Amino acid sequence: MSKVPADLKYTKTHEWLRSLPDGTIEIGITDHAQHALGDLVFVEVPEAGRVLKAGEPCAVVESVKAASDVYAPVTGEVLAGNPKLASQPETINTDSYGEGWLMRVRPTAGGPATELLSPAEYTKLQQEEGD
Amino acid sequence: MRTHEKVIFEYSHPGRGASDQWPQDPGAAATADIPARLRRTHKPLLPEVGELETVRHFTRLSQLNFSIDTHFYPLGSCTMKYNPKACNQYAMLPEFLGRHPLGPETHGQGFLACMYELQEMLKEVTGMQAVALSPMAGAHGEFAGVAMIRAYHRSRGDLARNEIIVPEAAHGTNPATATMCGCVVREIPVDAAGDVDLTALAAAVGPNTAGIMLTNPSTLGVFERRIEEVARIVHAAGGLLYYDGANLNAILGKVRPGDMGFDVIHMNLHKTFSTPHGGGGPGAGAVGVGARLQPFLPIPIVGKGATCTSHGGGREAEPRADGERAMRAQPDGERYRWLTEKDLPQSIGRLSAFMGNAGVLLRAYIYMRMLGREGMSRVGEYATLNANYLLALLRARGFEPAYPTRRASHEFIITLKKQARELEVTAMDFAKRLLDHGFHAPTTYFPLLVPECLLIEPTETEGKDTLDAFVAAMAQIQAEAEQEPERVTSAPHTMPVRRLDDVRAAKQLDLTWKPTAQQ
Amino acid sequence: MAFIPHTPADVEAMLAAIGVASIEDLFDEIPATLRVKSLAGIPDELNEMEVGRLMSERARADGRPLCFIGAGAYEHHIPAAVWAITTRGEFYSAYTPYQAEASQGTLQLIYEYQTMIASLTGMQVSNASVYDGASAVAEASLMAVRANRRSKSLRILVPTTVHPHYRKVAVATAGNQGLRFEEVPYSAGEGVVATTSLAKYEGEDITALVIQQPNFFGRLEDVDALTDWAHARGILVIAVVNPTSLALLKPPGSWGTKGADIAVGDGQPLGVPLSSGGPYFGFMTTRMEYVRQMPGRIVGRTVDLSGREGFTLTLQAREQHIRRAKATSNICTNQGLLMTAATIYMSLMGPQGLERTAAASHARARELVDGLTRLKGVRAAFQGPVFHESVVLLDRPVAPILKMLASRGILGGLDLTEYYPELGPALLVCATETKTTADIESYVAALGEVMQAARAA
Repeated sequence: MSKVPADLKYTKTHEWLRSLPDGTIEIGITDHAQHALGDLVFVEVPEAGRVLKAGEPCAVVESVKAASDVYAPVTGEVLAGNPKLASQPETINTDSYGEGWLMRVRPTAGGPATELLSPAEYTKLQQEEGD
Repeated sequence: MRTHEKVIFEYSHPGRGASDQWPQDPGAAATADIPARLRRTHKPLLPEVGELETVRHFTRLSQLNFSIDTHFYPLGSCTMKYNPKACNQYAMLPEFLGRHPLGPETHGQGFLACMYELQEMLKEVTGMQAVALSPMAGAHGEFAGVAMIRAYHRSRGDLARNEIIVPEAAHGTNPATATMCGCVVREIPVDAAGDVDLTALAAAVGPNTAGIMLTNPSTLGVFERRIEEVARIVHAAGGLLYYDGANLNAILGKVRPGDMGFDVIHMNLHKTFSTPHGGGGPGAGAVGVGARLQPFLPIPIVGKGATCTSHGGGREAEPRADGERAMRAQPDGERYRWLTEKDLPQSIGRLSAFMGNAGVLLRAYIYMRMLGREGMSRVGEYATLNANYLLALLRARGFEPAYPTRRASHEFIITLKKQARELEVTAMDFAKRLLDHGFHAPTTYFPLLVPECLLIEPTETEGKDTLDAFVAAMAQIQAEAEQEPERVTSAPHTMPVRRLDDVRAAKQLDLTWKPTAQQ
Repeated sequence: MAFIPHTPADVEAMLAAIGVASIEDLFDEIPATLRVKSLAGIPDELNEMEVGRLMSERARADGRPLCFIGAGAYEHHIPAAVWAITTRGEFYSAYTPYQAEASQGTLQLIYEYQTMIASLTGMQVSNASVYDGASAVAEASLMAVRANRRSKSLRILVPTTVHPHYRKVAVATAGNQGLRFEEVPYSAGEGVVATTSLAKYEGEDITALVIQQPNFFGRLEDVDALTDWAHARGILVIAVVNPTSLALLKPPGSWGTKGADIAVGDGQPLGVPLSSGGPYFGFMTTRMEYVRQMPGRIVGRTVDLSGREGFTLTLQAREQHIRRAKATSNICTNQGLLMTAATIYMSLMGPQGLERTAAASHARARELVDGLTRLKGVRAAFQGPVFHESVVLLDRPVAPILKMLASRGILGGLDLTEYYPELGPALLVCATETKTTADIESYVAALGEVMQAARAA
């Protein structure tokens, strides 16, 4: 059974969000997602300064089996992509909610966002998809 | 089996070479007119080896391969039948090999006759009205087919039709092809017996439907029994039917896609018509169409005309606006000629620099002449016999068919989900252990619909002995999976390499050889 | 029964095991109305002796005229070992190397091929080949759209000195996805593209520029100036090159300051016979930074469970993923057999042999054009260096002249009248190392006579 930390928000496309004290957001992919993909071999994160629209593909995670788009859950400006992932993409497999963060974003106030799920709602979604 | 061979660059010695293969040195003055700023300054990294070393190296490499010539290859959906040596020998006659694609038709009537007759035979055996030979692979033929459907709707001003319906079990190229043609994909489910869900289909069709992509027998290895009803539903909604010819071997000479209601088909000449797989190509994906799509065929096509051009560029015969007339035999015309954009102004265009994979087409022609009328139906019959026989024997040994109530077509699926669940031995493990028994594995994990599946296609060119031996090997692996599963899950053991680290291959990309400090 | 080994006893035993009375019973799921009634249009079967005779007759009818046509398909000497090895059953009848352990021969060969072609083109990485040179240009255009993040226009500039058929294939293949191929004219009298012809695109959003070297006329483009022009404007450069010429000419990886971004072409000159236009193979090479945007198969070296070196298909996940925005490819094959022949050819020829072939072809082509242009009514179309093809202009229509030459067993070249009407009666002629001085003299003499006869008529 995949981990679903209680202090995060989730999306239907298997991203998680962490709200940081300074008002910025940290984004990654869930334990369920990394498990489905298998060993990650390549990760592409957006450059700092890029402006994201909610719902647009903004990163790529690639394993031997599949390459998947990661979708921006909010509208905002990218502050940083995780520099560790270029050389150590497997960090997402070992620590998807911690060291395996993908990007940090400053959300645009009042900007559109995708529908966010609570941990309970995301757990239910996982079960439906057959975890 | 031979186990290892160095990379050829490791045999290089500066100054070595097969010098008797080189032309005479024209001297430095001969190229003095090429300006220095356009000249190459560093030697390319090509091996510097003698002829015997080269021959040894590549011969030894070949000995590291499985092939139809050496091993049974029951790869579902690939039709790994015997590639007759005669096809190769006669396709490689020096006059055919030496002919320039842009040479005059006067000096190509022999070759063009073979191409024209191939078009005619493919029409007859598939029940279509016209055939084009230029697509260079199955996926290429698929592209041509969907592009023609799109062109047809646009020519009628019906611009809303951009949806292609695809059953959920379809091959991955289908959605990619649809996108390449500017269409969107709509998936529909299949039912438990493997047939398309007609209710879902009826709900999915409408004014946006460009067409449906199907294969019959389907990717599940079973015949789509209600195909005529499928055709009626799609046609009534204004869509067209596209046939993926991957499984044509099952019905060759027994059923024709044109008779089933398909408007456009592609054929895989490297599957059904036995041209070589060559380690990954070249294929040929000829397309056939009904009357509606004839004007849109990709060019060039071989036609018959009252006169033919003496040279590819100029024209003597009147260009024909209606390509169909040009393709029918003219009473006074015995000469073959190329039909191009002038003859088919609505063609989807040119898909190949010249006329497609001519050498592959010649091999298919020779094969079809050797089969003849009777031989065509024998292909479907014996491919189906072999598949059903294998299915019966494997079932008797306790293997689980995915569609137990259905006849096998030329292939069938067994699922190893029980073995995966109870013994932790997967379809992949069985596939790898089969290599140790001297059999290439069947297709694994396709279609995605069936968990832990093996898609098995023996083809008609295999004898009973081979099939019996294959079943014995499968039974042995099953026994091993129960008693000594480690042997299976760590297979293969007797191949030149054991299982390879795919993750490392993708993470630490080593895609070209580089000299080390000493070299 | 051709290729079917079953005896009646085999069939009986098999039917019994299945539990049916006849083979026809196995088709009982198929509606009777769909069953084929007759295939009257298919002739009777021929045995191998008979089909051999038929094919020999057809081949004899076509003969072997002396050929001076190039235009994208080039006659070169092919060492006997190339096809002797390529047609070995273990290469010829092998499948795509998905089961890597059973395909190390093919996989290692592809790795060696990738290495040779990448080096020949001066680029960093190659795929395992695509269908042909024309489709390689289409694939490169789709790839440029994926790789050029800055550009949104999907506009590809294509000089008219790029092979006319390649331009057509690009449109037919990639046009449905919104790519727009815009033609750039060449400079009259020069037969090459000047950067001044590109001036009208100043300030526009262009995704890529295609540069063919040598170009369709055989002429050598100013590749450095064109490449730098493109890069200064954020435009990717797609090089289309003749692999034999690369033994002599600067490879795309060295064009301009940064080098081309994608280099493609047709590999036919490397050990693949003319064979009426196919099968050939297209090569595709690029910079490492774009490898994930490149379609087709790629082989990588890795290790097995015992730590032993081995080869496998890699980066396959991106094949499904190359569906980004408007730039999809559905290609999932390579031209394995032809790539095999080319790898053996390149190994036998080596860098010296390939350079000799290029130099000898260049020399023969010079000799041919010198001879032809000494004739009355024949002059060179363009001034400036060429590789091994040239355009000559005649003082009368080309087609009847070629017809008369053909009746004497000489294929004089490609009539350009329909492709480039602005040139008037123009003929593209080619000579490679396969033509001797005697061959060239006989062509020159024949043309002289034919032109004379036409003048008198």
